This record gives sequence, structure tokens and C-alpha cells, in this order.
Amino acid sequence: MISGNKNLYHPLGVDMSIEEVVKLRDVWVYYDDSVCVLEGINLSINREDFLGIIGPNGGGKTTLLKVILGLVKPNRGKIRVLVDIPERGRRSIGYVPQHSLFDREFPASVWDVVLMGRLGQAGRFRRYSHEDKKIALHALKTVEMLDFRDRQIGRLSGGEQQRVFVARSLASEPKLLLLDEPMANVDTPMQTEFYELLKRLNQRITIVLVSHDLSAVSIYVNKIACLNHRLFYHNSKEITAKELEATYQCPIELIAHGVPHRVLKEH
Amino acid sequence: MIDALQYEFMRNALVAAILASIACGIIGVYVVVKKIVFISGGIAHASFGGIGLAYFLGVAPVLGVVPFSIASALGMGMVSKRTKLPEDTAIGILWAIGMALGVIFIGLSPGYVPDLFSYLFGSILTVSFSDIILMLILDALIILIVISLYKEFLALSFDEEFATVVGVPVERLYLVLLCLIALTVVVLIRVVGIILVIALLTIPAAISKQFTHSLKKMMLLSILLSAIFAICGLWLSYGLDLASGATIILVSGMSFLISSLFKRITLAKKKKNGQEPRNQWLCVK
Repeated sequence: MISGNKNLYHPLGVDMSIEEVVKLRDVWVYYDDSVCVLEGINLSINREDFLGIIGPNGGGKTTLLKVILGLVKPNRGKIRVLVDIPERGRRSIGYVPQHSLFDREFPASVWDVVLMGRLGQAGRFRRYSHEDKKIALHALKTVEMLDFRDRQIGRLSGGEQQRVFVARSLASEPKLLLLDEPMANVDTPMQTEFYELLKRLNQRITIVLVSHDLSAVSIYVNKIACLNHRLFYHNSKEITAKELEATYQCPIELIAHGVPHRVLKEH
Repeated sequence: MIDALQYEFMRNALVAAILASIACGIIGVYVVVKKIVFISGGIAHASFGGIGLAYFLGVAPVLGVVPFSIASALGMGMVSKRTKLPEDTAIGILWAIGMALGVIFIGLSPGYVPDLFSYLFGSILTVSFSDIILMLILDALIILIVISLYKEFLALSFDEEFATVVGVPVERLYLVLLCLIALTVVVLIRVVGIILVIALLTIPAAISKQFTHSLKKMMLLSILLSAIFAICGLWLSYGLDLASGATIILVSGMSFLISSLFKRITLAKKKKNGQEPRNQWLCVK
């Protein structure tokens, strides 16, 4: 177990409070050593946050998630995940990738896929234990997909697949859930249900959700950040129209939470 | 066919066909579902360098092929994962270099090179008892490794990124998988030869993928299918006096065409009868 109160002052110089799950300090990422994807990102994600990161396509949202997961190495800056380097800290992260490209005929059942979430705990050269199966089963129940356990994963609809991938990440018993464009393949009527599910999960798990769809996200999250190479974030749900325009580089339609109040600025 | 079994070479050929089917049935499934057909072809062809090396050094071919094909598997795996070179470019280069090395080594070898052709196109009728022992050992090794790393290989084939995140050493396991392909190539060389190996690695797995969605069942079905193809091919080549390796491949290829057609027809029938289940929303709640 990684406890929050040890190593508060990390030798690498990133001090985290107990409440902080992820901390990024001055993170820069370049692709091919010239194209700048992330510019000086500072971000701290606190326990029980439901953070929505919005921004245009190509704005670096996926890269930001991959930096947190240690899949992309930043050219500059420091990252801590649960007071540890991302390569170790990511074991406590459940990752739901933007899954549009996988072979629909892949020979794996829903059950096979959910069990993959246990790989970190199950140990090498062994079969999944009774305990692993119990936890995977519980994860399937949580996303209400238990009836689908023997179905081939590629034969499910986009929304059903997305639930299975959430179950897979829940099976690793994460402290933090990262979702990359989870609504991309989900039909509109099912999106609400999906958000409700995330809302329930948020009672015990910190969630970061990345999306280019501003309006839907803003109803459910409790904090919002805007990302277009640079990050605008005030550790709250407030984003100014100016920042939105800087993010999307065009006039933006603002819909205030709960109130039918639209602001559409002139060019 | 039965009376042919009185000859020892025919009995050996039959055993070799079955042993080869075990290796290519299991590993072929990974080759097909992970879509690494091209790299497998590269490993197979590059292993020709190992045969040349063995001739050059005057040692048994297997002592050249096993280390050489494993080295080329690791080489291709690492070049394609670690450098910025596009994967297929890297494979294409190493594929040709391996074969070229084989040609040069053989050219440098003193004297006449007797059965070169049999390594390129297989010669199942000349399989010796020691070949069978070697195939048996390699089969056992392949089965042992696949059983112990089954869940990791499944995750690796399905989604490398997720496997990395949950702590699976993806790159190392990928290299292990490539080494298993190299060993399978060695098992198959006597049966169908370097050039035709890729067909036995892909066709049985591709057919079984059409009929099951469980990886384990796919492996069992592939083993069964390749055994049937190899034995049918062997029997046909014996009866019609054709090259055995090529006949086995043609039998496999024909079967693939027939099974694809069959699959299409049954699918069309199902659609017509409205049996295709499309319960996209139902039962979610």
C-alpha cells in the first residue's frame, strides 16, 4: 500500500500533500524534438476530485494522460503519482483508453478482458486466483455488465465496450481513474447513464475525464481544466470565457451549470 | 496411404507432421491475432542465414538455425521497438540481410551443398529420428512457456498499452513471443521449408479464428487443422508424386478459401433469417 504520509518531501523536490493524488510541475513535452505538445503544465489533482479536462483535438489531452501514466516521458518537468514516480504510481491508476481501434474479431470474451485488470496483482507464471476472479466479478457487477461476461468483446456496442473497459480498470482496484474521451463511441442516450456511473464511482475514486465535448462534461464534473498545449486550471469549476477562447481559439458558447444561461461572444 | 506406413520415412514424416502442427497451431494463433505475420515471415527467411552459417562451419544445421533465428527475432523486435525506423522497414531490411548472409556463407563453404533446396521448400520425407527428437523438445518448450505466460500473452496481444500500465513487462514478453516464433520456424523448416513456413503459421489460425472467439479453443482447432492439412498434403504428394511442402501449403490454402466461403454463406443465411443478434441497447439496464 502506498500511504500518503510517507515521503512527503520527495528527494526529487516535489512536495505533495496527503490530499494530492497527482502532481505535475512545469512539464514540457515535445514530439520529434520540435513540435511542442505540452507547455509548462502545472497541475495537482486532489483526492475525490472529478476533474474534466477539455480542449480541442490535438491539444495534448491524451499526451497529458500518458505523461501521468508514465507512457510518455516529458522533456522537462516533474511528475508524481501517489508520491511516487509514474512507472510505480500507475499501478494505482485505472486507465480507460480511447478505444476505437482494436480488432472486432479478437478472440477474447468480456470476462477475459476484465481479468486483465488483475495482471498487476496476479503475479507472473500463475493463473488468476480465486480472489482475482472475485474482484473482477465485482467490477463487472459495478458497471452492470455481468450478463455479458461470456460475450466476445468486439461484438458489443461502443457503450457496452466502454463499460467493460471501465470494469477492467476497476479490477485493478485503482485510487485514480483516467478516462480518455470515454463518450467517443457511446450513443447519446447511453451517455447519461455512463456519467451517472462515473458519478457513483467518484464517491470513492478520484476521476479525471478528458473530452473535447465541453457541455456534457461540465454537468457532472466538480472541477474543470482547459488544455490546448497550455493548461488553464484554478482548482475549481470556474473557467473564464477568455481562457476558453484561448483554448479553443474561437468564440465559445458558455452554458452555465444548472442555469439556462448562454453567453456567445462576438468574434 | 496405409501401406505407405510400412516405410520408416513415411512413419517419421507422419510424426513430424503432427509435431509441427502442435507448434504452428499454438504460435500461429498469436501471429494472427497480434498481427505480426510480417515479422514472422522476416524471422523465417532470416533464419536461412543460420543454415548457411552451419554449412560454413561444418556443424549440424540446427546448431546454426536455432541461435541465428533467435538472434534475428531479437534483432527485429528491438530495432522495431526502440528505434524510430518504421517497423515494416526494419523487418524488410533484416529479412533480406539474413537471407543474403546465408547465400554468402554457402558460397564460401567448401564443396558441394547437397540438400539446400530441402531447407527452402521442406522435405518431410527425409525427416530423421534425431529431427523428431529435436521437434519434440522444441514443442515441449513452446507449450511450457505458453502455459506459464498465457494471461500475459493474451493481454499483450489485446492491448499493449493497458498491459504496460498494469505492470506487465510488455517489451520483454514481446521478445519472448518472437523467440517462440523463431523456435516454431525451426520446427517447421523440415516440414514445409523456410519460404513456406509463413503459410502454416497463418492459415490454420486464420481459419479457426472464423469459428471461435476463445483463444484456447482457437489454438486447439489450429493444431487439429494443421495436422489434417499436413497429413492430407503428405498423402497427396505421395500419391501424385508432388513436392510435399508445397502440396501441404496448397491444401491449406484451398481449405482457407472453402472455409471463408462457407462462413460467408452461413452469415448471409443468418442475416436473411434475422438471427444475427444485434442487441445493442437491450439488457444494459
